[in-house]
Amino acid sequence: MGVTHTTGLDRAAASSRTHRRPPRPRGERPNWLGGAAGWLWLVVVVVPIYWIVITSFKSQSTYYATNPLAPPGEPTLANYKLVIESDFPLYFLNSLIVTVGAVVPAVAFAFMAAYAIVRGRAGRFLRAVNSLFLMGLAIPLQATIIPIYLIIIRLRLYDSLTALILPSMAFAIPLSVLVLANFIRDVPKELFESMRLDGATETMTLWRLAFPLTRPAVVTVTIYNALTIWNGFLLPLILTQSPEKRTLPLALWSFQGQYSVNVPAVLASVMLTTLPILVLYVLGRRQLLSGLTAGFGK
Amino acid sequence: MTAFAPSGRRGTPPTATRGARDGVLPWLAVPALAVFVAFGVIPLIGVLLLSFTSWDGLGEIQISGLTSWRAVLADPGLPHALWVTFLVMAASWAVQTPASILIGVFLAGHQRYRAVLAVLYFIPLLLSSAAIAITYKALLDPNFGLGAGLHIGLLTQDWLGEPVLAFSVVIFVVSWQFIPFHSLIYQGGVRQIPRTMYEAAEIDGAGRVRKFFSITLPQLKYTIITSSTLMVVGSLTFFDLIFVLTAGGPGDATRVLALDMYKRGFQANLMGPASAIAVILVLVGLALALFLRRLGGRDTGASQLEGA
Repeated sequence: MGVTHTTGLDRAAASSRTHRRPPRPRGERPNWLGGAAGWLWLVVVVVPIYWIVITSFKSQSTYYATNPLAPPGEPTLANYKLVIESDFPLYFLNSLIVTVGAVVPAVAFAFMAAYAIVRGRAGRFLRAVNSLFLMGLAIPLQATIIPIYLIIIRLRLYDSLTALILPSMAFAIPLSVLVLANFIRDVPKELFESMRLDGATETMTLWRLAFPLTRPAVVTVTIYNALTIWNGFLLPLILTQSPEKRTLPLALWSFQGQYSVNVPAVLASVMLTTLPILVLYVLGRRQLLSGLTAGFGK
Repeated sequence: MTAFAPSGRRGTPPTATRGARDGVLPWLAVPALAVFVAFGVIPLIGVLLLSFTSWDGLGEIQISGLTSWRAVLADPGLPHALWVTFLVMAASWAVQTPASILIGVFLAGHQRYRAVLAVLYFIPLLLSSAAIAITYKALLDPNFGLGAGLHIGLLTQDWLGEPVLAFSVVIFVVSWQFIPFHSLIYQGGVRQIPRTMYEAAEIDGAGRVRKFFSITLPQLKYTIITSSTLMVVGSLTFFDLIFVLTAGGPGDATRVLALDMYKRGFQANLMGPASAIAVILVLVGLALALFLRRLGGRDTGASQLEGA
């Protein structure tokens, strides 16, 4: 599947495949209907985004007075200043802590589990673990939120960032294991065999063979999970209470309630929460898009 | 669990024998398993148990048998929430699928500007549902939104205040958020169709429309099933978006199951009935996933479901 087929082993080949497409065969007419739909949808996608960007630079008074789609006559950073001064850096830090704190261990644990599942296929325990993770893909987070809330209260973790990290990890693990196992399976058996003959232990093989060869998949899975957790709303809504424990999406929501009439400020806050992801997107678009469809290429 | 016992460790050098090597492998799976069992499997079992209790979210949990289930099943709110959930599912599927196929086929083509298009297309995938909902709320505001500012009467409606309009807005915003994702899946699917099939059809004199219906669409069968499974099962979990956009309103017009569960549990403090709704949510999701998997006749659907 195009982008998603980039395995650790033939990543270069795959990306050159997607870069250099064969030229349009002669005599093929352009696809008018598809083209019309494509351009129309582009307008539908771009207009709200354009509106967010320009409005966030307008002052509140010009916002009500001028054409909403016209760029600001006198761009102002006042909205950004207002948002940043309202504890935004704290929420940003909270989101960062939760995202890094959940994604790094989740991917590490998932990698270890995926390695074990691929290498220890014969074991009954590992096959059961694999089935459990497959089943886990079908569990919706919403349906388990009440018991999670109960567990978090009983662990005395309510209203802490740890309360957000633990369930986020749990729900990142199944898909990560599935995707990583698919990629580890692609590593040629001979390589494992030669490592074994050299007397390497499984942990050495994991670290020196499987990990370097599947690094693109690890990056993809990391980005996918980071995006999901960064944008998560339900867990912070249920498991935190005090303003100083808010993560960005929740802060955005309460900010919107607080400044509902100050649309430019609300949109500036939308811009600021999205900016880190946009930077990531610009830097690693290919990895990010393959991350978003992780699991479908295989 | 038999393989779990590190049987090969006894007395043998840890590097040389098969037994020792297998012995360490199960342990590598333990951290992931422990986290997932604690915050995934146990909550899933827990929600079933909690549906037989009474709990206000703060005090003691009391076993109350079938009280919660009786209350939920007798409440006209449940069939309504199920119906709204079904409508959201059906409408968002019916809007997204043709559009995604069309755009996916287009993106899989040879246009030079395709790369530029793709960069812009996928921005909605990066935004959080909360950010998207907040943006649309401001954009559609009858007094301060786009319609009022441009003085276009058609756009100046109480979008979130009328049941039918609010429902349509939810479907539109869902499509805005997820069509790029499904287009990406279809783009990948279209690229896997062998060129030779099209060449053969061209020799037989098939036109573009004919090729689309005779080759592209049948070849996309499994892609359609994968994408539909994600759409349908995913639509059960629209929570953030609807919560921020309409909070289930106006009235109960957009009160889907997930929102119904939240409101019963965390606003009305009736955790028992809310757990019963959650169990129904899981059962509906499983039933749909199994149904779509059978439709596909291939063992891919269920393995690609995505929880959150």
